[in-house]
Amino acid sequence: MSRPILPNKTIAEQVWIKPVYILIFLLMGLTGFAQMPIFKRYYIADIPGLGWLDQYYVTHTIHYLGAIALLALIAYGLVTYWALLRKQYRLTVLAWIRVALLAGIVGTGIFRVLKNLPDVVFSPGFTMFIDIAHLGFMMAYLVMAGVALVAKKRWLTAKV
Amino acid sequence: MSLSRRTFLKTGVAAACAACASQVPKTASAEQPRVKELATLIDIRKCIGCEACVEACRDANADKYPDPKKPYPKMYPSRVKVEDWSDPEGRETRDRLTPYNWLFIQEVTVTHNGEEITMTIPRRCMHCQNPPCADLCPWGSARKLKNGITVIDADLCLGGAKCKSVCPWDVPQRQTGVGMYLDLLPAFAGNGVMYKCDRCYNRIAEGELPACIEECPEQVQTIGPRDEILREAHRLAESEDLYIYGEHENGGTNTIYLSPVPFELINQAIQQGEGKPHMNAVADQMAHADNLAKAMVIAPIAGVAAAVGRVYKAIKTSEEKQEVTR
Repeated sequence: MSRPILPNKTIAEQVWIKPVYILIFLLMGLTGFAQMPIFKRYYIADIPGLGWLDQYYVTHTIHYLGAIALLALIAYGLVTYWALLRKQYRLTVLAWIRVALLAGIVGTGIFRVLKNLPDVVFSPGFTMFIDIAHLGFMMAYLVMAGVALVAKKRWLTAKV
Repeated sequence: MSLSRRTFLKTGVAAACAACASQVPKTASAEQPRVKELATLIDIRKCIGCEACVEACRDANADKYPDPKKPYPKMYPSRVKVEDWSDPEGRETRDRLTPYNWLFIQEVTVTHNGEEITMTIPRRCMHCQNPPCADLCPWGSARKLKNGITVIDADLCLGGAKCKSVCPWDVPQRQTGVGMYLDLLPAFAGNGVMYKCDRCYNRIAEGELPACIEECPEQVQTIGPRDEILREAHRLAESEDLYIYGEHENGGTNTIYLSPVPFELINQAIQQGEGKPHMNAVADQMAHADNLAKAMVIAPIAGVAAAVGRVYKAIKTSEEKQEVTR
């Protein structure tokens, strides 16, 4: 039988949240890696329909748009869990790992956006640190997502 | 105690304010006393094309030039180009920008007001105020200093040439066979180091002038805080009927040109191409990204607002059910 649906989730949440989240993350990952000049080198941008992956201003804009959508979705999820779901459900260990990695991605991303503003100048070392940390957190997140997918781990457990 | 409608709304609003406050970017002036951005003023009426500045630049920056050791590692796939300027002929190239020629003189002949005028124009990095090369470098080796100079750190650069791709004038130039990529995966990632004018940042740090400015016998270039340079540029432009380039290009640069003829004419007549930048108008390449950055502040607020509405509806529905039961 199918997994029971969380009773406090709305129909819209059941249908839309997960695919939208996955789509945003895939798009962010793709445009994030496209910030490095590798897609042209390895012919990925030569595949018909994928030429935009070699357009740095295009991928940069898409990455920012994805960040806007992700921030809104995370804020929505945080408030909804805190106000409703936490009365009946507890986050699993893997969920906490996911929260930490997401916080790392968002935090370093915020600093990266700040660094790109014309009047903000960070030190060279700090700039490199947030660049590499942003990439590192994303790599770790992909590993975590892979583990969760293969092992069919869940994010919430019911409180007794 | 259970969550009531009133207490939820109260704490929800507080959370929204906290989320907003924590992400509003601080202005630079709020953080520390602001170091003034330096700009240069290039009055091309004075330039006689003697190339003393080119020579001075080469002498002053010789120790920053690439010194590759052959043979270079083979790079895959085969489309990856070797860019090698290190042979004697390449090093001596002066008619364009190269890793060994960060400044060159562009010659142009235009007809303006019925008069034919030949001018020589020093060309190098424009040192943008919002430099795409620094903003979009994925590795952090291209960066903007607090005094407005944009620098590429040769010790960190992997030579991906993204800075050149996003530069409106295609200024940075690559030399294969040097740099950090040799220590990583030279066959599969990286391709050398990018080089460009760094405005002699090391000399400026010691209170000296950039070499090209110090050596120029005609005082074609002056350097100073951007607001002073712009004031002088506008004073000269108004009093002597001159045109300005660089003030607004790409959102504003720290290299300001003065010319007796319109830059559209110069741009039409100038020889452009690899290592030979244009003088066309350039829109602010990073403006859209900066606007999106501001939109990111609003995004979590919108998410919280949607969640608040959704939770409020759930509580209301729950209360209605209780009333029906009672």
